[in-house]
Amino acid sequence: MKKTVFRDQHFLFWIIPILFLLGFYFFPMASIFWRTFGTGTNALTTNQVNWTITGKAIGFTFYQALLSTFYTLLIGIPASLLFGRFSFRGKNILRILSTLPFIFPTVVVAAGFNALIGPNGWLNLLLMDMFQLSTPPIHLLNSITAILIAHVFYNTSIVIRVVGTAWEQLDRKIENAARMLGASPWNVFRKITFPLLFPSISSAAILVFLFDFTSFGVILMMGGAKYTTIEVEIYIQTMQFLNLKMAGILSFIQLFFTMLLTFISLQISQGKQIPIVPVIGGEGSKKPNTLYEKVFVFIMAVVLVILLVSPTAALLLKSLLSYSTKDLSGVLPSWRLSSENYSGLFINDRQSLFFVPPITAVKNSMLYAAGSMVISIMLGTFIVFGNSSAGRSNKWIDLIIMLPLGTSAVTLGLGYLTVFSTSPNSIRWFPVLIPIVHAIISLPFVIRIIQPAVQSIPENLHHAAVTLGVPKHKLWRIIDLPLIKGPLITAAIYAFAISLGEFGATSFLARPEYPTMPLAIYRYLNLPGAENYGKAMAMAAILLVICGIAFITIERLQIKNKGLNSK
Amino acid sequence: MLDLRQIEKEYDGQPLLNGLSFSVGKNETVCILGPSGVGKSTLLRIIAGLEQPADGEVIWNNKDISDLPPYKRKFGLMFQDYALFPHLDVFENVAFGLRMQHIPHIEIEKRVSEALEMVNLRHIARRSVTDLSGGEKQRIAFARALAPKPKLLMLDEPMGSLDRALRDQLTRELHILLGEMDIPVIYVTHDQEEAFSIADKLLILNEGRIVQSGSPQYVYTHPSDPWVASFFGLNNRLHGKIISSDPAVVKTDIGEVTISCVSERFSHGELVDVVILPTAVKMEVENQSQNIFTGKIVDSLFKGNSFTTQVKIGSDAEFTFEIPEKLSKGDQVTFTIDPDAILCFGRKD
Repeated sequence: MKKTVFRDQHFLFWIIPILFLLGFYFFPMASIFWRTFGTGTNALTTNQVNWTITGKAIGFTFYQALLSTFYTLLIGIPASLLFGRFSFRGKNILRILSTLPFIFPTVVVAAGFNALIGPNGWLNLLLMDMFQLSTPPIHLLNSITAILIAHVFYNTSIVIRVVGTAWEQLDRKIENAARMLGASPWNVFRKITFPLLFPSISSAAILVFLFDFTSFGVILMMGGAKYTTIEVEIYIQTMQFLNLKMAGILSFIQLFFTMLLTFISLQISQGKQIPIVPVIGGEGSKKPNTLYEKVFVFIMAVVLVILLVSPTAALLLKSLLSYSTKDLSGVLPSWRLSSENYSGLFINDRQSLFFVPPITAVKNSMLYAAGSMVISIMLGTFIVFGNSSAGRSNKWIDLIIMLPLGTSAVTLGLGYLTVFSTSPNSIRWFPVLIPIVHAIISLPFVIRIIQPAVQSIPENLHHAAVTLGVPKHKLWRIIDLPLIKGPLITAAIYAFAISLGEFGATSFLARPEYPTMPLAIYRYLNLPGAENYGKAMAMAAILLVICGIAFITIERLQIKNKGLNSK
Repeated sequence: MLDLRQIEKEYDGQPLLNGLSFSVGKNETVCILGPSGVGKSTLLRIIAGLEQPADGEVIWNNKDISDLPPYKRKFGLMFQDYALFPHLDVFENVAFGLRMQHIPHIEIEKRVSEALEMVNLRHIARRSVTDLSGGEKQRIAFARALAPKPKLLMLDEPMGSLDRALRDQLTRELHILLGEMDIPVIYVTHDQEEAFSIADKLLILNEGRIVQSGSPQYVYTHPSDPWVASFFGLNNRLHGKIISSDPAVVKTDIGEVTISCVSERFSHGELVDVVILPTAVKMEVENQSQNIFTGKIVDSLFKGNSFTTQVKIGSDAEFTFEIPEKLSKGDQVTFTIDPDAILCFGRKD
């Protein structure tokens, strides 16, 4: 059905988003292209481009992304079964905890694993204490194992969200019908459950692969200097070697693959065919009955707690401990409970990398996040309302979602750098650019949250309002906006959290006197000394708590919105 | 063939099935009728093996099959809302049960065609099941349940989501098809008309038990207690006391009522419930000596072959009768009540 009432003026909504995207997306992208292929020598013919490094980076990017996706599915699919089919005590808490990492900034994840398996991590301290060792026995950091563990931690929540939800909503009657027709439990899974879940599994797999493919912070912080993906290589070529041509080539290779993956991902998620019935009175999930089921639920819950909860807990604990060099035995370092790490954040240390007290990073991040939130909500709302005039076809929205989703943060950062660093003077504007680039990164998520809400507004509400004397051009403000208040708030919190944790693009644009929290954490983690380590932990803990609160607020809002819709 | 013995089942801590027992004979079509939420579907799931009873036994041909998993029982169940496999087409849906039995391909082709022929849908074999109309889905679900030749067929509210006209048509078709099969059938519904037309034997389920069973005609005309009567929509109910037993006369709020059919069962002075059937009213009062009443018409609704008429007798007792003629609101009318159309139940308090 076409929104005839609206049709006339709604294209006006497009003007601001289009101008914005032209200026802050297409222009920077074109600029990379120009720098790489346009001026002077062509990048393809110059010796500035090292094809061996490029080839290696592409190879490793695919290799680690494939492995990460495989292991993520290996844990994520049984976890989806756990959440989709069984009810047990503490399920809700475990579900929230397992989906929490999705919103965690990469630096927090890195800091969490550092606190757990790093040289000063809990596991090493425990083992050193138990066996009286003088050096840490576990060397997991700076290895591919560390990268894989972090990626599994990060992306299992995506599988649980997508596949677990689908599994929960899969009509049990369909499986029961197969059992009644003589299908054994294995045949029910093979012929019915798996084929019906397949669209969800593949769409989760591609999404996970895309995130692993463009992973930047995790590789940089967990993999060390040995492992470089395309994304990390772009950063190194730009920031260390100032080789913009090489960075440009890599950006386009990256852009090609990510656009392709995003396109496939959007195609798959559209053709979803999962029967959705409301879950009535526990028909969807049941208590584990047989011994096998009980063992499965227990083991899976333990695995999830160890994998997903322990890095977070380790980080929070570490942030509250202080290191002291004078130990009675003289061999082992000793730790005690204190708030020194946190108070250290307020001191403007002379040896610090920054020119300001670290706590300023919290203030900066909050300001950037607030700015980014306002911009992306405005753009998102305009785009969604503008689209509702175009006969409700999602073609344009899909394209707008795909562009920033398919462009890696590092590529965007590079684009901004090439456009806006033409003169030394222009660097002054970088702090303004950060909320803008964050807004572009969070725009796909904002649109995805608002769009279904706007589309579900019944057309006859508009007709009713018009007959009651509401002018056409005010419909969206008087009728639509109040109706989508809930999703708007959710989208705003999402945008805020994404900006808070954004690391890739920010690392290109942030200036030392305006650090953000992720940058501060990254730099402290790379500095020697227990004090710096403690500060990294404290800052990461603050970021973790803020993101955690944001996430739980979103969960609450969604439950509330669901309640309203069902009435 | 099928025997259920003392089946117990709880739901959310409340007893749902409460020592329920019944049996189904060879070639018998049994309808289980009861209000929504009484546990009819749960009962079917227990027979199917999809759910375990808390206590009791499911006996099939003198063997306890309580621990046999559903896929080994070879019973057919047609689900409410049909539960067709959305990723398979019509043909593959019907073929599913046969494939599970590892039947040769040619045989499968033949039997699926037969099953589709039976429901007159052979021409849509390669359509996607998501494109079908409600009536088509219902027939495919029926064909799918029957194709593997189950030893027992269960149907859970098979007409549940269809509109009235289609329902009547499919009920007729189903009645013929079920009559041609030589397997026992258990048919669950909350719709009495459906149950009356399909059943050889009717079981009324309430509060976890079978409260009455018998042929549809007998059960409808002889409800065993006031609850069954009101479940059938017989709501003209009065409290009273037996003042004479031959013929039985009951003293009620609206006066003395003479009842013809139940004279011996009640003794003088016993407290009873009286239910007057809606068809009990006759407008001619000449030559009548008993059961003459006067009432005021509250409302009269045209229902096709009669008028559903609300009549107020005395100060506050209102009754609903089916009367062949239109009466005006507010009129005072005098009529008789047929003593054969009055039911009488002893009070259980």
